[in-house]
Amino acid sequence: MGRRPDSRSVGRSDGMLRLPSFRYLRPTTLSEALRMKSDAGPEGTYVAGGTDLYPNMKRRQQEPKTVISLMGVPELKATVGTVLGAGLTLSELSVLQSFRRSYPAVVQAATLVSTPLLRNMGTLGGNLCLDTRCNYYDQTYEWRKAIDFCMKKDGHICWVAPSSPRCWAVTSSDIAPVMVALGAEYLLAGPAGERVVPAARFYNNDGINYLTKQPDEVLVEVRLPPPAARGAWDAVYHKLRRRGSFDFPVLGVAAWVRWEGEGEGDGDRVADARVVLGGVASWPQEIPEAATALRGSTLAPEAIAAAADAAYRPAKPMDNTDFDLSWRKQMTRVYVTRALTELAHRRSTTT
Amino acid sequence: MPDAKAKIALDVNGEPVEVAFAPHKTLLEVLREDLGLTGTKHGCELGECGTCTVLVDGTPVLSCLVLGLACAGRRVKTVEGMADGGLLHPLQEAFAELGAAQCGYCTPAFLLTADALLAGNPHPAREQIKEALAGNLCRCTGYIKIYEAVELAAARMRGEKAEPARETLYGQP
Amino acid sequence: MGSRKKKTTERRNDGKGMQFRVVGTALRKVDATAKVTGATRFADDLFLPRMLYAKLLRSPHPHARITAIDASKARALPGVKAVLTGKDLPIPFGILPVSQDEHALALDKVRFVGDPVAAVAATTEEIATAALDLIDVKYEPLRAFPDAIDAVEHPDPAIHDYADAGNIHKLIDLEFGDVDAGFREADLVREDTFFFEGNTHLPMEQHAAAADWSPGGRLTVWSSTQTPHYVHRALAKVLELPAARIRVIACPNGGGFGGKSDPFSHEVVVAKLAMLTGRPIKITLTREEVFYCHRGRHPTLMWVKTGVKKDGAITGMHFKSLLDGGGYGSYGVASTYYTGALQTVTYPIPRYKFQGARAFTNKPPCGPKRGHGTPQPRFALEVHLDKLAEQLGMDPAELRLRHLVPPNSLTANWLRVGTMGLGRCIEKVVAGSEWKRRFKRLPYGQGIGLACSSYITGAGLPIYWNAMPHSGVQLKCDRGGGVTVFCGSTEIGQGSDSILAMIVAEVLGLDPLHIAIVTGDTDLTPVDLGSYSSRVTLMTGNAAIQAAERARDLIAPHVARKLEVPAERIAFADGRVFDVEQPEHGVAFAEAVQLAEAAEGTVGTVGSYTPPRSAGRYRGAGVGPSPAYSYSACVALVDVDPATGIVRVPKIWIAHDVGRVINAASVMGQIEGSVYMGLGEALMEEMAYRGNRNVVHKIPSLLEYKSPTTLEMCDVVTYVVEDPDPNGPFGAKECGQGPLLPVPPAVANAVYDAVGVRIDEVPITPEKVFKALRRKDKGEEPRFGPTRFPEIPWPEPTRVPPPWEGGDGTAAGQSVGRTLGRHA
Repeated sequence: MGRRPDSRSVGRSDGMLRLPSFRYLRPTTLSEALRMKSDAGPEGTYVAGGTDLYPNMKRRQQEPKTVISLMGVPELKATVGTVLGAGLTLSELSVLQSFRRSYPAVVQAATLVSTPLLRNMGTLGGNLCLDTRCNYYDQTYEWRKAIDFCMKKDGHICWVAPSSPRCWAVTSSDIAPVMVALGAEYLLAGPAGERVVPAARFYNNDGINYLTKQPDEVLVEVRLPPPAARGAWDAVYHKLRRRGSFDFPVLGVAAWVRWEGEGEGDGDRVADARVVLGGVASWPQEIPEAATALRGSTLAPEAIAAAADAAYRPAKPMDNTDFDLSWRKQMTRVYVTRALTELAHRRSTTT
Repeated sequence: MPDAKAKIALDVNGEPVEVAFAPHKTLLEVLREDLGLTGTKHGCELGECGTCTVLVDGTPVLSCLVLGLACAGRRVKTVEGMADGGLLHPLQEAFAELGAAQCGYCTPAFLLTADALLAGNPHPAREQIKEALAGNLCRCTGYIKIYEAVELAAARMRGEKAEPARETLYGQP
Repeated sequence: MGSRKKKTTERRNDGKGMQFRVVGTALRKVDATAKVTGATRFADDLFLPRMLYAKLLRSPHPHARITAIDASKARALPGVKAVLTGKDLPIPFGILPVSQDEHALALDKVRFVGDPVAAVAATTEEIATAALDLIDVKYEPLRAFPDAIDAVEHPDPAIHDYADAGNIHKLIDLEFGDVDAGFREADLVREDTFFFEGNTHLPMEQHAAAADWSPGGRLTVWSSTQTPHYVHRALAKVLELPAARIRVIACPNGGGFGGKSDPFSHEVVVAKLAMLTGRPIKITLTREEVFYCHRGRHPTLMWVKTGVKKDGAITGMHFKSLLDGGGYGSYGVASTYYTGALQTVTYPIPRYKFQGARAFTNKPPCGPKRGHGTPQPRFALEVHLDKLAEQLGMDPAELRLRHLVPPNSLTANWLRVGTMGLGRCIEKVVAGSEWKRRFKRLPYGQGIGLACSSYITGAGLPIYWNAMPHSGVQLKCDRGGGVTVFCGSTEIGQGSDSILAMIVAEVLGLDPLHIAIVTGDTDLTPVDLGSYSSRVTLMTGNAAIQAAERARDLIAPHVARKLEVPAERIAFADGRVFDVEQPEHGVAFAEAVQLAEAAEGTVGTVGSYTPPRSAGRYRGAGVGPSPAYSYSACVALVDVDPATGIVRVPKIWIAHDVGRVINAASVMGQIEGSVYMGLGEALMEEMAYRGNRNVVHKIPSLLEYKSPTTLEMCDVVTYVVEDPDPNGPFGAKECGQGPLLPVPPAVANAVYDAVGVRIDEVPITPEKVFKALRRKDKGEEPRFGPTRFPEIPWPEPTRVPPPWEGGDGTAAGQSVGRTLGRHA
């Protein structure tokens, strides 16, 4: 824990936040990556774009001894049909023409992540595995020391809810809520082989153990549902944040609807729906009551209002992101309404 | 021995370079400390400001979050590599002409981000420029002279004989 | 570059008979090429052989007594060369002579989380950082004060052992005429309470300093500072070294905005460590540490009561402010005066009362940020006027236009206004924004708002009392025709080096490219007080004009002799010195210098500038006077989303009376940059602390401190108004700070126009707008803002009759001794 001297002088140096020393490995196949990880043990970690891990390491939130880069693993770049390689950078993802047409909500969420520069570096897999965030946690070692640290790293208490037995850091991925809403599946590869998990089951509502993924497992690819034939289904993503770039979502709303009809979506009622919130819990929070309110409806304003109300109630933002938490809770209703209204509008203009 | 220096070969500003450094150093640190290229600046070292932007294989990235080791065999372009000998790059020329560089600290990053933008889009609309530069913070200019400089440089790079608008330099009448 | 050369040889006629070749053009700045090629060396870009690296250990407590420090383990760490603690640097310092309350490293107490406690010099920064963990500091925590009201209401435990009352650092009570009589004359009297949250400069460059101690016993310090002269003085004091053995070099600042205007702990520490280790050493602060240096905008609670006649004429104003100062004095006494000083220079206020208080709190110290102490009261005043205009049924633009302070007049608080272009500024933005068509006529959710402001062009008095010039320039004319300008001013991105080149080029008829500039080096350059209070163009410009005119006077007779014409006929232009009556009859400038040098010896001159004496002579009259006041008017267009409260600003029209443009491109850049910073303050920037969690800074990062990106920045339509002021160089006034001031109130007024709620607090965040809209829906007061101004133990007022009531600018019936008795 804390900072260790690096006795091996590096010549001249600047004043800046630096990475702790670690071993950097660059496997060129997935099996090599898995082997390296199992050799490194619990003090090893995977890295893709580095835009999440490296800042955390500089703040000593994570201090792996071995860092295994996945950027040279070709299996993670495979992108065909309905499959997206987890190693795609967000910039690469957002210019995939076929996906822009078939999965606009995915591309929309990807292009809303952080900044153009960070999207050139950060990957789909990295965003889906993004560490939960909290402004008691995403601070330098010195800052965290001044509050005697927190449960997620080096301490014992969750400052957001001091009597809580668990950590309340929030999911801050833009793409994860969309994947849960779409019912996407993730292919994981681990020492024991491959497995496929539904996106919704990939996440835990716990700020520390926020993924069900085992540390040795690699998120290889995302399998999307077949594209919507003639509007059989549709999805949108709306994001709330202070600024139009840089900022993580303080609220993300992913909404998905499947229209009635024989797989062709020619009915005018909602056969099924999913509303998933980002930024209000430690996991992408699915709101089944919202789906219930929408099923069988025509996405008329009353049904949307009922769904928005259903989403508003369980949303429990905590005081650990930008903005006032009560306002963020209020915004759940507004943003869910807007997301669903956009779906209704798209339906009315395409049929 | 995790901290034994690692040596890599890469292309920096069009020239082959070999450099040895501690393996956990970022590209930012390698450029400034081991290659003496202090034109690349830093404002947070956490990917929150865009000040350390350089081009790796033509793509603008934040050098504070790229490991030096990850750049082996790649092409890195810094602000020192923008001018062609004694001739400033049209972006540099336009930034200087319009006062798009005030304190100049964020300027290298804006120049390189804009360079990559114009390489892919020689005729960007104002909104596209804003989008492309949305990951670079500037506290001096309010960005306006930067947009105008990018537009001026783009026009000149397209071969147009562009001059700054009067309002750009003197305000509205 | 060819096009620039061509431009400078054109004459520019300003329509008033003055003709310029250089002044008023859009010159490429002298440092522009270095800045676009990455060649500019900022402080952190310095690397010296055998350089060591320093780091500071900072307090994890907001308020605590230090009971013991054990640094032995740190000293024993291989690679550590020295460790300093408070007792190694026991002499206090501070920017103001009345607030010498800082130590380079805390001596016995820490006053905020981040207060420096110990310092380490090591062979690498990583070792220095590791050594910090090995320093064992024992603290005895004290009750901490998270905000000004808490500090006002609780005198114990005292944060400092000096203060006007308990934890109230400074108390001011000034009265110019009988305001109650003013209120009795009024047709309408209105009171409002406002709050302006603190925010910070956030220069992109983190502060850095390097030091070198030569074996001969001379110290050199390079620093990212706006005020090398004050750093020089502080180093001499704290290190107990003769100033003559200290050289301070101000590196180009990667942004300052006021945040690099104090002498800082890290500057003293690297100097001391260089002396102790005999090796060059550098320190660069992390972004988080920059938040702890702070010295930014004071959070300010304000109460204002104004009486007006039916036509909007003000009959009296009473203004109260309470500033949250943070842990140290910094510029705070001046900041406090500034929250009451400039209310009077825009609209006539015949009777005026100001009460100001600054509290110590356990947060990083506040100080001067762009607009120093005046954006807060300007916000209050301009929103307050908007409300008064509405109550009077007047157009707010019309109200202001009808009541403008006349040029060449004295205000109630004895400020001397020279030229005053505010009327023209208002007309420009009103016409450009189609104000009359839009105000009160835009659809619900869209709004337009107007506000005005004024700012000083340099302070009339120096920070420490002395009778010497505020700015000095030396000129060296080379026989090759080049001219070098030496001046202590500091280039912080505002273009001050270029101003010197342009002004000297103008006077001597040279190409600005032939002028070399040496600035910000206490060994080489005459003193200039620094880049703060928008003083540089006016003061260095006047000093440069004097030096250049003296050079002209020195050279001209020798050319006259050679040309055999009277010296009065000698003119300088286009790189030549010639007979005005036969312009072809002349010599190149280089030859002219050679003639003078042959006759007189080395050709060099000096120039200096001291501001005119201010009119006010009461205690406190030192803050507010300026050689010239700039004026700005601003119209903001906003979109308010009533469902969320989110405010977007698509466009701002700004007109600024700059007196005279020297470098047109720089003027535009300063105005646009001011609008940007004002917009950030208006909408999103704030220093937030967790009062219930050890008063830690909530968001000391560039991600969570919200600085507007390209996507938040509005379009700006700029009008540059020139009303040359006789005190300015060629008539120039400031433009780097004033245009920030009207932006927050213009946005607030526009929000009201859009959705009918008053946000009497900056920043205007969505939460506040949303809450005010909720209140409006419920039939409550459609407003968000403070409701109370606390009881403050104001002192007996200093009563100064305004000029129209006679008197000579001194306080009535009060002996100087009595007013001096307080800590001022």
